[in-house]
Amino acid sequence: MNEATRDLVAAAAEAAATGTTAPVGVQSPWRRILADFAESRLALVGLALLVAIALAALTAPWISPQNPYDLSQLDVLDSKLAPGEASMNGTVHWLGTDDQGRDMLSAILYGLRISLGVGVSSVVCALALGLVLGLAAAYFGGWVDAVVMRVVDLQLSFPSILIALILLAVLGQGVGKIVVALVTVQWAYYARTVRSSALVERQKEYIEAAEVLALSRARIVLRHLLPNCLPPLIVVATVQVAHAIALEATLSFLGLGLPITEPSLGLLIANGFQYLLSGKYWISFYPGVALMLTIIAINLVADQLRDVLNPRLSR
Amino acid sequence: MSAPLLEVEGLRMHFFTKAGVVKAVDDASFSLERGRILGLVGESGSGKSMTGYSILGLVDPPGRIVGGHIRFEGRDLVGLSNAQWRGLRGNRIAMIFQDPMMTLNPVLRIDTQMIEAVRAHHAVSRAEARDRSREALAKVGIAAPDERLRAYPHHLSGGMRQRVAIAIALLNRPALVIADEPTTALDVTIQGQILYEMQKLCRESATALIWITHDLSVIAGLADDVCVMYAGRIVESGSVDEVLDRPLHPYTRGLLESVPGRNAPGRPLPQIPGMAPSPLQSLDGCPFRPRCGRATEACRTQPPSQSFGTRRVRCAHPLA
Amino acid sequence: MVAYALRRLGQSFLVLVAMSLLVFVGVYAIGNPVELLVNPQADAIERARATAALGLDKPLAEQFLVFLRGALHADLGHSFVYNVPAIQLVLQRLPATLELAFCATVLAIALGIPLGLVAGLRPKSLVGRTIMAGSILGFSLPTFWVGLVLIMVFSVELGWLPPNGRGETVLLFGVPVSFLTVDGLKHLAMPALNLALFKLALLIRLTRAGAREALLQDYVRFARAKGLSASRVIGVHVLKNILIPIVTVIGLELGSVIAFAIVTESIFAWPGTGKLLIDSINQLDRPVIVAYLMVIVLIFVVINFAVDVLYSLLDPRVRLGGATAGAH
Repeated sequence: MNEATRDLVAAAAEAAATGTTAPVGVQSPWRRILADFAESRLALVGLALLVAIALAALTAPWISPQNPYDLSQLDVLDSKLAPGEASMNGTVHWLGTDDQGRDMLSAILYGLRISLGVGVSSVVCALALGLVLGLAAAYFGGWVDAVVMRVVDLQLSFPSILIALILLAVLGQGVGKIVVALVTVQWAYYARTVRSSALVERQKEYIEAAEVLALSRARIVLRHLLPNCLPPLIVVATVQVAHAIALEATLSFLGLGLPITEPSLGLLIANGFQYLLSGKYWISFYPGVALMLTIIAINLVADQLRDVLNPRLSR
Repeated sequence: MSAPLLEVEGLRMHFFTKAGVVKAVDDASFSLERGRILGLVGESGSGKSMTGYSILGLVDPPGRIVGGHIRFEGRDLVGLSNAQWRGLRGNRIAMIFQDPMMTLNPVLRIDTQMIEAVRAHHAVSRAEARDRSREALAKVGIAAPDERLRAYPHHLSGGMRQRVAIAIALLNRPALVIADEPTTALDVTIQGQILYEMQKLCRESATALIWITHDLSVIAGLADDVCVMYAGRIVESGSVDEVLDRPLHPYTRGLLESVPGRNAPGRPLPQIPGMAPSPLQSLDGCPFRPRCGRATEACRTQPPSQSFGTRRVRCAHPLA
Repeated sequence: MVAYALRRLGQSFLVLVAMSLLVFVGVYAIGNPVELLVNPQADAIERARATAALGLDKPLAEQFLVFLRGALHADLGHSFVYNVPAIQLVLQRLPATLELAFCATVLAIALGIPLGLVAGLRPKSLVGRTIMAGSILGFSLPTFWVGLVLIMVFSVELGWLPPNGRGETVLLFGVPVSFLTVDGLKHLAMPALNLALFKLALLIRLTRAGAREALLQDYVRFARAKGLSASRVIGVHVLKNILIPIVTVIGLELGSVIAFAIVTESIFAWPGTGKLLIDSINQLDRPVIVAYLMVIVLIFVVINFAVDVLYSLLDPRVRLGGATAGAH
């Protein structure tokens, strides 16, 4: 029996064993990934939510009722209004106001902007760093590999929050410094993931063939190793965005994260914490809900991506 | 003559996948007497392994038996409850799988895996079960069985692991053993040994054996009867001598002719032209039609099953 | 086996030394605590005297040696703020943190593994999907947010549980513990649950993934073919296989539970080392920070070592050590 038949049989068997859609015939891998992804309604909901949140964050300056950081717009007599109450000048604050009279809805939108911005940018930087180091470690092997992996192992065996805390204690506050801390905490995941995939790919024969053909190293790494390492990397990166956002919120909550001039959701929650026990829950609660929805949406998407891109679950 | 030990009649087993219905086993019928060895021959995807799994009820969803009967010792196995299956499996019917590396649980000791097989069906003490295990290991030709009992699977070679699997299968003296390509993953030299051992053991204890394989030469030395499967159907069956000597189905003849040993060296090896159909395609008429040199219009309808004595063939134009 | 253990021991020691260097260098670059502790109107002489008194005028290398020597004698300096030995401060509050971490871990294991097994065995059922959805929640939500909600629900609205502090303690082997008293348990409930949530979700997902993969393996089919009961197939064959990566993760995560206790302790005002750390960072109390980090590093190294040994005991394929030691 020839190869094509074997593939068809395998495809049928795979479809049989896992019940996934593996249509007989050739299909572009991206289409298949999208089709598999769309199988889960939950993941689609997550994706829709994520898009909505991202849009809200991006357009915050235009859609929020008030600029919460323009002190001239604030009136302390408006402070601590419950959700739905109207302020002195008649505008209704749908999510209430905080202790300085800021409209919670606006504060949340701006806060989302900062949280998402910091989260995504830190992931992008960490991804780049981890990718370079991981590929280098896998391709060059030897002492490069040993050094990189020692550092990765050491770093990954310590909890991220501790590393971030100490780093921030050393560096001080500020957006740039938070991003540095987040990047430092994350790059090791990417490096390790990339290295594992790259090592597996490296053993495969087509790499040997490319080397025999004397293709330049850069070409081999970029065109052959890299694309095959992408699937697990995508999954890790997506999850890490949620982690970065959560970590930044936690650090801000503890008072070590972003400064008051650029309040993220974590800081808003921290601000409201003292009013929790006296019943003015909304100052903390609603920013927290926004944070929660963002993280859940990202994780829903990442979960389905992981199932879709995992070669081991489909026999 | 007493009723046959196993009677498979019109067995149909389908996989219901999103891509379509896969007819893994499509109307298979054969019978097996006590103590006889049956060879089930076919290429990958012919449905031979699935037939074996069906007999033991090990078909997992999305697969399902959709029709036919499997009568074992007079009982129909289709539709048995889980509890009834547990009484049968490993007790009256046993199975040996293809890959000895993975069929034994890598984190459990050999004796654990053997003792549990005994105690699942007999209320005996652990010591007694251990003794039986030791005897079984000795019977399959494993030296120093006590040491092996305390070992883990990865301490043993592939051939030894398969012997252990065989020993486990024979522990409770089943009436029927189904062996699914047990030697395919092993060295050729070990293959020969295992074949010989199995044949000896089955003859000694009058255990019926179904040997599933793609290798005709194995069947030649081992089995009494043979069934040839193609695309989920049994296209020919009969005693080994008759079928191999005078095949009736064009596919069987094609298989025999392409065996290297039968051909003079230096000449090109004959092959069956074309390829086996995808299991997803539904087939009108004889599945072998696209590759058969003798196909005619009559072959567009399902060919009837013709009997010649104890032989059966499903062909509109059987050879000779 | 012994050679393997010894080698790991040696590696652990090296890690300890490397970490202490890192900790020292990192922490001693923080601001200037003299500014904090000395009267802002003090003149240069006063500052110089304060600097000398705190040992901050010596070159960094010398400070490190003093530090190392002190560390070996368990003397990591005195707290700038409280003027008691730093290590004493940390050790005093360690039992509270360890108790919290321990209870959280036990909770996570006791709930996580069974729930994960159920989700893995019946992935498409309502129960299975609910468990997975719950685990996504537990995994995603930041700890401090969950703590907040817990307080809102159980303390403010329902009034069942106290919102902060540690309950009554009794002495167990000379160490004060609070889980043996009812009051203690009431105070422990929310913080422990809060801290456990992340690990619980993680364990559920791990167990489920492991169960799903294990069920596809041939040895499960072979076990069924032997006529073994479903409970034995799952309880022995499947479980033993998936326990190996799970135990590794539990062990490695134990350290992070202790670290994440920082957040829980802040929310519930639990008198442990976490709160101490946050305060010390804000007050630039270097010796306490260093003492905390050294204790944590020590705990980590010990845990990692124990997990390695445990792993090799559980997985018979790894027992010979050597080349296979890197298998996990």
